[in-house]
Formats: sequence, C-alpha cells, structure tokens
Amino acid sequence: MRAADLVQFAWRVVGGYRTRTALILLAMGIGVAAVIAVSSIGEGARLYIVNQFGSLGTHLVIVLPGRSETAGAMPGVLIGRTPRDLTIEDALALKRSAAVRRLAPLIVGAGDIRAGALSREAPVLGSTAALMDIRHMTLSQGGFLPEGDPRLSQPVCVVGAKLATELFGTRPALGEWLRIGDWRFRIVGVLAAQGQSLGFNTDEIVIVPLAAAQALFDTESLFRILVEAKSREDISVAKADVEEILRERHEGKRDVTVITQDAVLATFDRILRALTLAVGGLAAISLAVAGILIMNVMLIAVTQRRSEIGLLRALGATGQQIRLAFFTEAVLLALGGAGCGLAVGKLGQLAIAQLYPNIPFTPPWWALVAAPTTAIVTSVVFSVLPARRAARLDPVQALSKR
Amino acid sequence: MIRLQGIERVFRVGEEAVHALRGVDLEIEAGEYLSIMGPSGSGKSTLLNIIGLLDRPSAGRYALDARDVTGLSDDDQARVRREKIGFVFQFFHLVPRLTAAQNVELPMMLAGIAPAERAKRLAQLLGDYGLSDRAGHRPDQLSGGQCQRVAIARAMAMQPSVLLADEPTGNLDRHTGQDVMAVLEAVHHAGGTLLVVTHDPEIGARAHRRLRMVDGAIAADERS
Ligand SMILES: Nc1ncnc2c1ncn2[C@@H]1O[C@H](COP(=O)(O)OP(=O)(O)OP(=O)(O)O)[C@@H](O)[C@H]1O
Ligand SMILES: [Mg+2]
Repeated sequence: MRAADLVQFAWRVVGGYRTRTALILLAMGIGVAAVIAVSSIGEGARLYIVNQFGSLGTHLVIVLPGRSETAGAMPGVLIGRTPRDLTIEDALALKRSAAVRRLAPLIVGAGDIRAGALSREAPVLGSTAALMDIRHMTLSQGGFLPEGDPRLSQPVCVVGAKLATELFGTRPALGEWLRIGDWRFRIVGVLAAQGQSLGFNTDEIVIVPLAAAQALFDTESLFRILVEAKSREDISVAKADVEEILRERHEGKRDVTVITQDAVLATFDRILRALTLAVGGLAAISLAVAGILIMNVMLIAVTQRRSEIGLLRALGATGQQIRLAFFTEAVLLALGGAGCGLAVGKLGQLAIAQLYPNIPFTPPWWALVAAPTTAIVTSVVFSVLPARRAARLDPVQALSKR
Repeated sequence: MIRLQGIERVFRVGEEAVHALRGVDLEIEAGEYLSIMGPSGSGKSTLLNIIGLLDRPSAGRYALDARDVTGLSDDDQARVRREKIGFVFQFFHLVPRLTAAQNVELPMMLAGIAPAERAKRLAQLLGDYGLSDRAGHRPDQLSGGQCQRVAIARAMAMQPSVLLADEPTGNLDRHTGQDVMAVLEAVHHAGGTLLVVTHDPEIGARAHRRLRMVDGAIAADERS
C-alpha cells in the first residue's frame, strides 16, 4: 500500500466520523494549548524580571551595608547586626578600582514635598550626577544634578514626570522652587516618563544632591552604592575590588554585602525557569490523558469497525497494513490536535498580552516543540494496542456479525 | 485450480469440539461454476472461508493453482487472497463512509497499484457493472442490488481467478437476486471459477456442478 493511499484512507476515516474527530481534536487541542499558555506566562514573568533588571543598569555591582549570609538575596531584605555605616568616603574610595567606570552613592527616604499650596508625600533620592547614566534615566526637560564634589550641597533637584504634573499641572515645572521638609530646592530637570523599575516608580520621585539628602534626613550613612563595572567581564573584578577596598577601610571586617546584578538575575532566572518547566510539565500530563482518550477511541473503533477490518482482510490486507491504517489514523488525529492546540495557545497568549501589555508573554521554544511532540508521541504509543488488536482480529468472525 | 484433501475443521466451544468439516476432498477445475447447498450449519461457509484462505483447516491439505497454500504465513496468504480470490457476501460489507467508487478502488489501493492505473481500471469496472452514474454515492444511498453490484465489482477489481459468493442473494428480493446472479455468471462466462453458496434451489440449479453438504461432509456432487 502506498503511503499516500494510507494517509488518504485514514483521512477519510477521520472525515467520516466527524463528532469523534472533533472531540479528540478538542482534548488534544486543550492539552497542547494549556502547555503553550502556561509556559508563556512563566516565560513572560521571567523576561519581565530580566528586563526590569536591565532597566536598573548594566554591569551593575550594588554595595549595601551589613553582611548577608545568603548570596544573591534581594536587596533590602537583609538581616544582620547593626552594621557599620557606609559613608561617602567609602564610596569615593571605590574609584581606585580599575574595573569601576563610575559609581553613585544613594540615600533614600520619604519626604513631604510642597509647591505653593500643594503638598505630597514622595520618595526622595539623594545621589550624584552619575546616577543618571548608571540607572539609564532620561530627562524630558532641563539637566540632571550638577557634577562636582558630592560632599557639597546645592539647592537643586530633579523631579519625576508624574510628580511634576501633580504639583504644577500644565505649568512648566522647570525653574520652579519646591520645599522638602524645611529645605528649598529649585527644579533643574524633569525626568521622562519611564514607569516602574523594580519597586521604584521613577515618575514619582525627587532626586536631590547627596549632601542635601544627608542634611534632610540627618544621616551620614548611605543606603546603597551603585557601582558600574567597565564591562561584563569586569563585573567580578569590580566586585572583588570593592570587597577588598571596603575591608581595608573597615579595619579588616567584611561588613558589607556586594551583590552583582548577574547573580541576582541568575537566581531569578533559575527559579522562574524551573517554575515554568514544572507548570508546563503539569499541563503536559493533560496531554497524556488525551493520549489515553485516543487509545479508548481507537479501541472502540476496532470494535465498531470489526466488519470493516474483516473485509479488508478478505480483500487481501496484511496484518501490517491494518496496523498501519489504525496508526496513521491516530497520528492524523494527533497532528490535527497539536495544530489546533498551537493555534489556540497562540490566541490565548495574544489575549493575555492584551490584558497585561507590560509583560512579554511568549511561549519558550521548548514548549513549542515539546507540546506537539508529546501529543503525537503519546497518541502513537497509545494506538499501538488498538492497532495490534485490530490486526489480530479473526477475519471470519469479524465478517460473521453485521 | 483448487484441490482439497482430507480437510477437517474443528471449532472448540468450551469443552466441546464442533466438527464443521469432516474429511472433505474436493477438486475444482479452473473455469467451473459450482453451487454449494445444504442445511444450515452443514459447513458451507466454513468450506468457502477455507478455500478463500480466510480460515485454516485443522487438518488436510489445500493446493491452489498447483501450489500448496496450507502452510503459508498469514501475510503470504493475504497476498495470495489479494491476487487470486474475490469474495462476495450476503451483507455486501461495503465500507459505509466510502463512495461506490472508493469501495471498488479499495483492493487496488491495498495492492499498491499506481493511481493512474487504478483510475483506468476503476472507470472500466464501474462501466462493466453499470455503476457509472452511482460512482459518487455512498452505500446508504444505494439499493440492495446496487450494493451487491458494487461488492462484485470490488471483488473483481484485482481480476482474481476464483470468485467466492456466500449467499449473495440472501438479502435481496427474487427479481434483484436474478440480476445479481446474472452479473456473477458473467464472470464465469469470462473464464473465471465461480463458487456460490445458496439456500435457493432455483439459484443452485443454475450451476453446472452442484455440491450438497450435510453435517460437514460432501453428500452429493452432481454435474450436468
Ligand atoms: N467460530 C465458530 N465457533 C464455533 N463453531 C462454529 C464457528 N463457526 C462455525 N461454527 C460451527 O460450524 C458449523 C458450520 O458452520 P457454517 O457457518 O459453515 O454453516 P453454514 O452451512 O454456512 O450454515 P448457514 O447456512 O446457516 O450459513 C456450525 O455448526 C457452526 O455452529
Ligand atoms: Mg453460512
């Protein structure tokens, strides 16, 4: 029997029992679509986080006070004894490392922002001019904090896009004065709208010179030092240098935590990839169930089509041909199901993407390969038994009943 | 040419052994027209199935065209059946989802004949059996007589030398039955060997050689 004829024969069976075919396509389709959709969500979450870290800055090494035992923990969720403070001098000393391109010390606090009669609570960042490049910030108007000695304060500030409109409406904010606590600052720049970036909405912040923030919050100690390495390869060198310099400065104590963005990212990456695989695997079980469904349907078909099988034998079909016919039928159904599933999964993915445009939902390549493959392999495996049963049918008995 | 020697067929039903055929010896020359009659359960269908290689004898030897086919493997038997034997059944056994033409095409498909050659033979067969205007109809859109004609055309698609018909008119009215018999006899006139199992004495009498089976054995073998 020619391969084309085999496919045509199976095609006519599939087309001849429409309801049955539709049900199998549905079951297979749901299984495949589930794997695609679920893994798209997982992959979307992973990419979202990777992008968020990317927006934080490239080749970033973050220094925070206190020693954390867990490498790669989230910044800000650290435990430990009251650590020795990080100071501006510590930060400036880090410039000694050849692997460091630039750095920005950081102080964070909340302030009461007032402009005229309007008042608003907002996060206040104290930093230096380098912050803009390290954090990839962009300005819509004006300039950033002035360069110069970070120990000297100037009464200037940069505000986020949303905060600017909230305080000044449609009036230009540039050049206006605002009050934070008891201090007055002139607005020298407005940030371009950027949105969320790892917990910080830069649209709603005020950035002031480091020394001003120190006075404002009455503290000497830094919240973070953001260090940018010269290149990706320099990240580990920079990390080692930073640790060494600070150890020297702190009387030989290792009392700071140095996180590289890569390490944090890798942890997230691993966790989310594992999660996606696990959930995708769960969804794949539904494919195995669909395979069992195909087996059942094929077993019923063998019983229903007894006389047809007997007839084929009488017409000279070999056992092999009967087996192949049933096999081809199962494969066609699985291919159809996989196709439907891919299409539905794609539609589902587009639908969620509409709902959450910020998260890049895309099915990972392994899901696109594994889902249809699982569908086809299970249905082939599960059609072995029915196909063999059909081939073993005694033709005389098969023909004797109507 | 068909030669059966000491054919036995025993069915086991639980503890009991049912002797469907007891020591059947039979020789049929190429081109003969035989009818097989006898009471229900006398072994007519069993004999036909063994001749058609659908069933294996429990004992005895069977030679088809001077070749011993008793010990052939299932697949080899299938190939012999495909090339040399045509079956016609009481209940037509058409594949319900396929059209008349597709049903007739089936054995040629199984034999792996090229589509072009198939199309040629198909047109010829449909013409020969008066089915040209019914080619695209499915079995449920055909009358009993037309169904049986499709079945005969299908049986003849591989140009077998032997045509086996088990009560081919059993499901048809008398008039249609006569028509179908005429179609079958045309095969015999063209030189084929024709075996017809029937309960209808009138139809049985049309054959040139008439077997009568009783209790698994050939009780009478008349020629005219
Ligand atoms: N698969 C089987 N298992 C057990 N006994 C069987 C089987 N097939 C046939 N027989 C028995 O063998 C005997 C012959 O059966 P067969 O079908 O050849 O008779 P028949 O002459 O064709 O009868 P009918 O005219 O009713 O078709 C019967 O007694 C039947 O019960
Ligand atoms: Mg019978």
